[in-house]
Amino acid sequence: MSLHTLTVAELAAGLKARRFSSLDLTLHFLGRIERLAPELNAFVTITADRALADARAADEKIARGDAGPLTGVPIAHKDIFCTDGIRTTCSSRMLADFVAPYDATVVERWRAAGTVLLGKTNMDEFAMGSSNETSFFGPVKNPWDLQRVPGGSSGGSAAAVAACLAPAASGTDTGGSIRQPAALTSLTGIKPTYGRVSRYGMIAFASSLDQAGVLTRSAEDAALLLQAMSGHDLRDSTCVDAPVPDYVAELATPLKGLRIGLLREFFDKGLDPQVEKRVRDAIDVLRQEGATVTEVSLPSLPLSVPTYYVVAPAECSSNLSRFDGVRFGHRCENPRDLLDLYMRSRGEGFGAEVKRRIMTGTYVLSAGYYDAYYLQAQKVRALIAADFARAFGAVDVLIGPTAPTAAFELGAKTSDPITMYLNDIYTIGANLAGLPAISIPCGFASEGGKELPVGLQLVGPHFGESRLLSVSHQYQLLTEWHRRVPPGYE
Amino acid sequence: MEWETVIGLEIHAQLATRSKIFSGSATAYGADPNTQANLVDLGYPGVLPVLNGAAVRMAVRFGLATGAKIARRSIFARKNYFYPDLPKGYQISQYERPVVEDGSLDVMLEDGTRKTIGITRAHLEEDAGKSLHEDFHGLSGIDLNRAGTPLLEIVSEPDMRSAREAVAYMKKIHTLVRYLEICDGNMQEGSFRCDANVSVRPKGQAEFGTRAEIKNLNSFRYVERAINYEVDRQIELITGGGKVVQETRLYDPDIGETRPMRSKEEANDYRYFPDPDLLPLAIDEAVIESVRASLPELPDAKAARFMREHELSDYDAGVLTASREMANFYETVVKKLGGHPKLAANWVMGEFSGALNRESLETAQSRIDADALAGLLTRIVDNTISGKIAKEVFESMWLEGASADAIIEAKGLKQITDTSRIETAIDEVMANNPGQLAEYRSGKDKLFGFFVGQVMKATQGKANPAQLNELLKRKLAG
Amino acid sequence: MSLTRSQVEGIAHLARLEITEAQMPVYVDSLSRIIDFVEQLAAADTAGVEPMAHPLADQTQRLRLDAVTETDQREKYQRNAPSVAAGLYLVPKVIE
Repeated sequence: MSLHTLTVAELAAGLKARRFSSLDLTLHFLGRIERLAPELNAFVTITADRALADARAADEKIARGDAGPLTGVPIAHKDIFCTDGIRTTCSSRMLADFVAPYDATVVERWRAAGTVLLGKTNMDEFAMGSSNETSFFGPVKNPWDLQRVPGGSSGGSAAAVAACLAPAASGTDTGGSIRQPAALTSLTGIKPTYGRVSRYGMIAFASSLDQAGVLTRSAEDAALLLQAMSGHDLRDSTCVDAPVPDYVAELATPLKGLRIGLLREFFDKGLDPQVEKRVRDAIDVLRQEGATVTEVSLPSLPLSVPTYYVVAPAECSSNLSRFDGVRFGHRCENPRDLLDLYMRSRGEGFGAEVKRRIMTGTYVLSAGYYDAYYLQAQKVRALIAADFARAFGAVDVLIGPTAPTAAFELGAKTSDPITMYLNDIYTIGANLAGLPAISIPCGFASEGGKELPVGLQLVGPHFGESRLLSVSHQYQLLTEWHRRVPPGYE
Repeated sequence: MEWETVIGLEIHAQLATRSKIFSGSATAYGADPNTQANLVDLGYPGVLPVLNGAAVRMAVRFGLATGAKIARRSIFARKNYFYPDLPKGYQISQYERPVVEDGSLDVMLEDGTRKTIGITRAHLEEDAGKSLHEDFHGLSGIDLNRAGTPLLEIVSEPDMRSAREAVAYMKKIHTLVRYLEICDGNMQEGSFRCDANVSVRPKGQAEFGTRAEIKNLNSFRYVERAINYEVDRQIELITGGGKVVQETRLYDPDIGETRPMRSKEEANDYRYFPDPDLLPLAIDEAVIESVRASLPELPDAKAARFMREHELSDYDAGVLTASREMANFYETVVKKLGGHPKLAANWVMGEFSGALNRESLETAQSRIDADALAGLLTRIVDNTISGKIAKEVFESMWLEGASADAIIEAKGLKQITDTSRIETAIDEVMANNPGQLAEYRSGKDKLFGFFVGQVMKATQGKANPAQLNELLKRKLAG
Repeated sequence: MSLTRSQVEGIAHLARLEITEAQMPVYVDSLSRIIDFVEQLAAADTAGVEPMAHPLADQTQRLRLDAVTETDQREKYQRNAPSVAAGLYLVPKVIE
C-alpha cells in the first residue's frame, strides 16, 4: 500500500511508530500535488514552504514524545478558511490577491493539533455551486472521470483527497457542499450540527446554514479530524458551548438495535435507478447487522430546495456587501465616483452565480417582498425542522441517497440554475434544520464506460455526530467501497 | 390658516463602554485614524460579532429610568445599505423587537408647565465610521475608529409642538443619560447626536403632514434654529401650493437653512432581517432587578427632594439638577454650610455657574470645590462679610485658588459691624451732604439710596448693610 | 413569476452590481426562473408558524465582558487595502 492511499489513522500510527517521518509524508504529497493537481485543478495555492516548516516542527514533537493523534498529518484547507499570511480567495476574483491577516478557528485548531498545511483547495466561488464550475480559477475535475464534475462547493477538497493528494481536507457545507462532493468522489464527508464548529474565519455565505466539516477516506478519519475542529469558540456567538464527545472512542458502537428511518421523500422520481440500487443494497447491509428499517415521511421536505434558495441568497446578499473595493479585495480601475467604485468593483469581482444569488437575496428581502418570500421561507424552514424532530422521536438516523445522480459531465447543468440547484435536493434539509449529516461511499454506478461513485447519506438529530460516525465506521468495517482509489491515482 | 408643528426626535447616544458593542476595540475618542479598528470593526471576511454586556445593561438602565418596558427577548437586525463608513455594508441594529419600548419623560417647559413626552423605543446599534473630506485630491478618507461604537437610539413619539419643546426634551434626555452614566453627552465629540423629524399640519387636522428629517444636529441651539427654519420652509411651501417631500435634510449653521442631503436622497430600501450571526438577546428578571438596584437618584426625584427638603422652587430645583455633578456640588455646599439652601442655590446658580460658563468649564473642572464655596457662604451667614463683598472674594478665590478666609484676611474685607463705627460714618456723610439731608427730610425718600451709597463708599463697602439701614433710618429721621 | 428588466435593474442597483447591456437579458431570464421556482413556497400553509431564524432554537446571545482586548494593528490590516493615505482608506469623494 502506498503512503498516499493510507487513511489518516494509518498515517498517524505510522508516524508514531517512526515508520516514516512527517517530512517524508509531506514531500511525498507535495510531489503528487505537483504532478497530479494541475489536471484536476484541485488547488488554488500550494503552501510548500509552510508545509515543510510544519512537517519539521511536527517531527520534532514526535521525537520528543509530545505528539497527539494528528501530529505530522498533512491536510488541505478549502480556500474559504482564512489562513494567516496565506492567500485566501474563496475562488473569486474579488479575493484573488487577498492575504488573510488571521487564522480561522478551524485552521488554528488543526494547526494546534500538529497537522501540516499542504495548500488551499479550489471551490465554487464563495461556496455557491454544486459542481465546482463557478470558480474564478476554473473548474475542478473529478479524478474518477476528468470529463465530470467532482461536485461542489468543496470540489477542490474532494478531488484532492479522492486523488490521494492529501489524506484529508476541510470543507464547508451550506446546502450539501461537503456531502455531495464526497458522494461524487467516493469519500466520507461529514457536516456536523450547526453550532458544533466555530464559523470564525470561515468566509460567510449563508450564516444560519454554513458549517465547517471534513472530507476524508474513512469515518475513523472523520472522527479524528472533527474532534480536533469542534468545540466552543468565544468569537462565534452561534457556536454552542457543549462538550465534544470522544468520537473515536464511540466508533465501536455496534449496529444492532439501530433504528433507521428510510426517508420516503428521498426516493422520488428524480433519483437515478443505479444510485437507488446501491443505496438500498447498503441499507440491506445495515439491516443484516441488526438494524431495523422503517419508512419515514417528512411532508415538508419537498419544499426544502425553494426554501433554501430564498434563505441562503438573502443571507449571502448581506454577507457579501462588505466586498466593496474599499478596505480589501478587488477594486476597479479609475472609479469615476463612489457609485462607480461599488458597481464596477463588485460587478467585476463577482462571477455570474454569485451575482445571481446576491440579486435573488436582495429581491426577497426588499420592501413588499419580504413577507411573501423571506418570512414565508423561514416559516417553511420551521416546518421542515419540526418534521425532522418528529421523525427522530421514532428513529435514530435517517437514511437515503446523498445526490440524485452520480457525477455529471462538465457543462451539463450550467444552462439552467434550477437544474443545478436540484442536485442538493437530498442534502439541503439537514442544513435548514441544523442537523448533522454524513455521506459515505456505498458503491458505483456505470455511466459512459466509467465507474462513478455513489454516496449513502445518514442524517442524525442535533449533536448526533457520534452515531453517524459509528454507523459509518461499522459499515466501513463490512465493506470496501471507501478503500477504492480512482484509476490512475493509485 | 393656523398651523401646528409636529416634531419627533431621534437621539443617538454613544454608550460609555470601554470597548465596542461587537468587538474588543477601544472606544476612546481622538485616536489616530484606524488604530482602534480591528478585523470585526473593519468587516473583514470571516469575522463575527460578539455582544458587549455593558451596552445591554446601559440600555436597560435607560429603559428603567424612563418607565419603559424591557424586552425579555430582543432581536438584532441588519440594516443594509452601501456607504464607505459602513464597512460591512450593513449596520447591526434592532428593528422589530428593540430592547426598550414605551417609555416617557416629563419635561419642564419655559413657562413652568410640565409636559410628558412619549418615548416610542430605544434600541442598541453600532455606530459607523467617519468620512473626512479634507482634500486628498478629490478623494475622501475613511476612518473606522468609530465604527462599532455602541449607540442607544432613542426615538420619541411625535409629541413635541414647538422647537422649544424639542430642545427641552433633548436637554432632559441629555441630563438623564449623564445621570445614568451611560453617555458622556459630549456633543462636540459626537457622543450625543440628534435627528429631528418635522412636519406641519393645519390646526385641528388629525393626520400628520409629510415630514422631513433633519440629520445630525449636534447642539441645542442648532436644533432650535433648524426646526424653526424647517417649519417656516414647509409652511411657505404648502401655502405656495407646493408639497413637502419626505426626505433627509442637513442644517447648515452658516446660513441658517436646511437643505436636502444629496447622497441619501434616493429612497433606501434597508431590507431589514434578523442578523443570523447573533442570537436573541435574553434579559431576565434578575438582570432587570440588579440594574434597577444600581440606578442613581434620577433628576426628577432629586429635584422633588430639593423642593421638599430645601424648599426650593420648581425652577431652581430644575436648574440645580440639570446635571448630577451640579446637584451634588450644591448638596455638598448645603451640607457643609449646615443649611441655608436658598443662599447656596442662589450662589451655585449665579456666581458659580457664571464662572464656569465664562470659561466653558464643567462642574468637575471647577476651580473652586464645594468645601471652598461653603467656606465663603459661611462668612456671609456669620456676617463676617456682606453678600456684595462676597462676590469680590469669590472672584479672587476663582483666580487665585485661595480660601475665602485667606482672602478676607489679606484684603481686610471684614464687614464692619461695630455700631459706633457705622454711626460715625453716617454722621460724617450727613454732615458733608446738608443739601440732600434737607431734601430727604422734606420728603424726598428716594435719597435714602444716596446716603446708603455714600456710607458704603466711606467704609469701602464693608458696612453691614442691615445695620447700616437700621442706623441710617434712625439718624436721618432725626 | 417573471421579473421585468426594470425590476432587475433596480435590484442590481440596490446590490451595487454592474450588469452590462449584453448580460442583462441573461440575468432577467435566470432570476425570473429562480423567483418562479421559489414561488411554490406561497402554497405552503404556515398559519401560526414562527419563522425560524436560527437552527439553535433555545439558545440566546452570550454577553461579552466590557474590556479592551485589541491592540493597534493598522499596518497589518491595511496591507490589503487598495488605497490608503495617512492611515485613512481613500475612496472617491463622498458628497453629503
